[in-house]
Amino acid sequence: MSATPAAAAELFRPALSRRRVAGHIFAGLCLAATLLSVVALATLLADIAAEGLSLVSWRFLTRFPSTLDPLKGGIKSALWGTIWVIGLTILFAVPLGMGAAIYLQEYARAGRIKHWIELNIANLAGVPAIVYGILGLALFVRWMHFDRSVLSAALTMSLLSLPVIIIATQQALAAVPNTVREAAYALGATRWQMVRSHVLPAALPGMMTGIILALSRAIGEAAPLVVLGAQTYIQFTPEGLFDMYTVLPIQVFDWADRPQKEFHQLAAAGIVVLLAVLFVMNSVCVGLRGWQQRKHLG
Amino acid sequence: MTSGRGYRRFREGGIQLLLMLCASISVLTTLGIVVVLVSESVPFFQHVSPLAFLTGTRWTPLLEPRSFGVLPLVWGTTVVAGGALLIAVPAGLATAIFTSEYAPLWVRQVLKPVLEVLAGIPSVVYGFFALHFITPHLLRPLVPQTEVFNAASAAIVLGIMILPTICSLCDDALRAVPRSLREAAYGMAATRLEVSTRIVLPAALSGVVAAVLLALARAVGETMAVTLAAGHTPKLALNPFTSIETMTAYMVRVCLGDAPAGTVEYQSIFAVALLLFALTFAINWIAQRTMFRFREVYE
Amino acid sequence: MSVVSTQPQSPGRFVPAPRITPANRTPPPPGAAPVLRTQRLTVAYRHKAAVREVTLDIPPRQVTAIIGPSGCGKSTLLRALNRMNDFIPHVHVDGSVYYRGRDIYAPGSDPVALRRRIGMVFQKPNPFPKSVYRNVAWGARINGYRGNFDELVERALRQAALWDEVKDALHRGALELSGGQQQRLCIARAIALQPEVLLMDEPCSALDPIATARIEDLIDGLKKEFTVVLVTHNMQQAARVSDRTAFLLMGQLIEVDETARIFTNPSDRRTQDYITGRFG
Repeated sequence: MSATPAAAAELFRPALSRRRVAGHIFAGLCLAATLLSVVALATLLADIAAEGLSLVSWRFLTRFPSTLDPLKGGIKSALWGTIWVIGLTILFAVPLGMGAAIYLQEYARAGRIKHWIELNIANLAGVPAIVYGILGLALFVRWMHFDRSVLSAALTMSLLSLPVIIIATQQALAAVPNTVREAAYALGATRWQMVRSHVLPAALPGMMTGIILALSRAIGEAAPLVVLGAQTYIQFTPEGLFDMYTVLPIQVFDWADRPQKEFHQLAAAGIVVLLAVLFVMNSVCVGLRGWQQRKHLG
Repeated sequence: MTSGRGYRRFREGGIQLLLMLCASISVLTTLGIVVVLVSESVPFFQHVSPLAFLTGTRWTPLLEPRSFGVLPLVWGTTVVAGGALLIAVPAGLATAIFTSEYAPLWVRQVLKPVLEVLAGIPSVVYGFFALHFITPHLLRPLVPQTEVFNAASAAIVLGIMILPTICSLCDDALRAVPRSLREAAYGMAATRLEVSTRIVLPAALSGVVAAVLLALARAVGETMAVTLAAGHTPKLALNPFTSIETMTAYMVRVCLGDAPAGTVEYQSIFAVALLLFALTFAINWIAQRTMFRFREVYE
Repeated sequence: MSVVSTQPQSPGRFVPAPRITPANRTPPPPGAAPVLRTQRLTVAYRHKAAVREVTLDIPPRQVTAIIGPSGCGKSTLLRALNRMNDFIPHVHVDGSVYYRGRDIYAPGSDPVALRRRIGMVFQKPNPFPKSVYRNVAWGARINGYRGNFDELVERALRQAALWDEVKDALHRGALELSGGQQQRLCIARAIALQPEVLLMDEPCSALDPIATARIEDLIDGLKKEFTVVLVTHNMQQAARVSDRTAFLLMGQLIEVDETARIFTNPSDRRTQDYITGRFG
């Protein structure tokens, strides 16, 4: 050991001002990156509103699209198609998803099988939406001969939404403290009675949040329905399970893909409607989260 | 409610069975996907050898002379997804560092809804934005030879789409690093930059990697935005300002067309879908393993 | 973690401390100028004061212990000495802390420069997930050390009484060491920067008695070169190791005196009660 402590102390050159400047630059870059998201969102919304807002009206919502006079047309067919498809999807996916989650969380014994099922569900959540469309095409459209109908669409979108619903519901159930379950058992309840009367009500806000998020995604998804053979330009609304249909995102896609300027405006207007629907659903989610907070505090 | 322990047990058993059937649907879904993809691809691979498929560089299934080399589609997907990562990873990571190491609490609370909205906007909307805003008003002024459909605009909007994923997962990873490590570093006269980049970030690295992989899988599977923005000309081009075709866009093209069932073009959808599924499955699997290992360290 | 600085980190006009040469490292005569001095220091979190109007001198090259029941503000007081409280949101500091005659909380003073001279060892050992060598060298590297790193690491590890145990495993992970070894590594890491003051926040509370004893011996050796401020909830430890002891109760400094005198003949009734185990 040659250097004495004194000599060692003078060997430090902290270069504080240089490090401080570097720190400020870095902080500035990080701030810029953070602002990027905000700017991107603002630009996107402003552009859509500027192009499409003027076209949105009650007429727009209640008229069929028109090729002869595009700007006089509307999205009635797509709107009703979406309502049909999503309505049926809720009917299929919500009970199935809740059932699966209840089974996994409240009934299944922890072990390899449960672990593999949950792993499988997590993987399914990451499968691209278009692959679900392929599955639906082969299974519902062809094999079961449901053809290009609302039924095929709803079944396919249900399969698409199931993983998200199951995961969200499981999380909501897991968040219910065990004391609730133990109290119910102590009063002689069976497992189903305990789940139905005690656990489910407590987990309800969380579950609904997850369901609404899954449905929000389904409303905006066009890819699987394109594969299923949804129509792109129709002038009727579905009236039965086996009718053909179109949905909002596909209508927007069709309009956006056309070269004429009028269709761009229409596409933007369609987007406004689509985003408005999603905004309403998101607000319901926010309200539900508030309800959930109050439930836990009260 | 009728009495009788036998009846009650029967009911309970019935309910449990019903619920188990619900859970088994997920297993059946995976099985269904694999079975459908493989079985419908088999006739395709009788026409086109798997080797020619995976290594061929010309993809012209609908024009004569027909060629089924999938590499142009894979390249298109790579360019667009890679470009998206190029944008989203630095921006998302820097945002995450900002919210976890620098900014006061309210910044995160304001940013959270912004990111949620960005994540919730449907793919078609981003496609529209790319086609009608990014290309004419952002790219054309900078690079005049930009085509109407181009890979760059698709990469940009795809980057914005996956930014929330990367940002929130990286934020989680950074926050999982225990506070005591930061304190130790600050106690040794380190600046915030040094603590963030030389202690916290390396400690959170596998979590960050998992986040990037998950975002990559999402980008690879994206359909509507790239279909609208990047175009339908499969080619192995290095220039990002020209149109290409991704695997997903190809599938949309054929489905919107009139290829009858049983033809090679129709079957090619399934082959491409099989490849797409295999790719995203592999990326997701690696991502989840990495995330699992990361969580093990910090929990 | 939300990291907020309560003081603007603007360019400091911090004057470098005078060179520390062997000549002025001999033990000071009693009454030598304190190296650290707090003056009516108050630290509050969201309007709840954790430290109230504490005026305390820290004499150089001695071990000053701060004792008191849990929750009395000892750690907060310690952390105020090197501005580690800056990282806690909604913290408010009143009064002053003088290091070498300058108030470290004055606007324009640089906490980063301060922390190079006032190092800290924490309650739970917190080595970086790196090798032993890189743990010890990290601070020196950040602060632009120009000398020989191998010598620096060896010297610090010897002073921390850890060299013999790790000299053949310098490049193994620090997390593979035992708890006591990790804490000595943290001490080595801190003293590698050659600080003037070493703050130790209950360094032994997470360790077993044998490891504790080794660190207490170590502290005794450290005071030849460093000024040590030691927070401990273990009175016997304070009695064994320190030269002066300060007793804190509910954020207020009740009494400070030579250790021997505090433990045999305290002036304040409350000190007496605490030491005899009436409460705490």
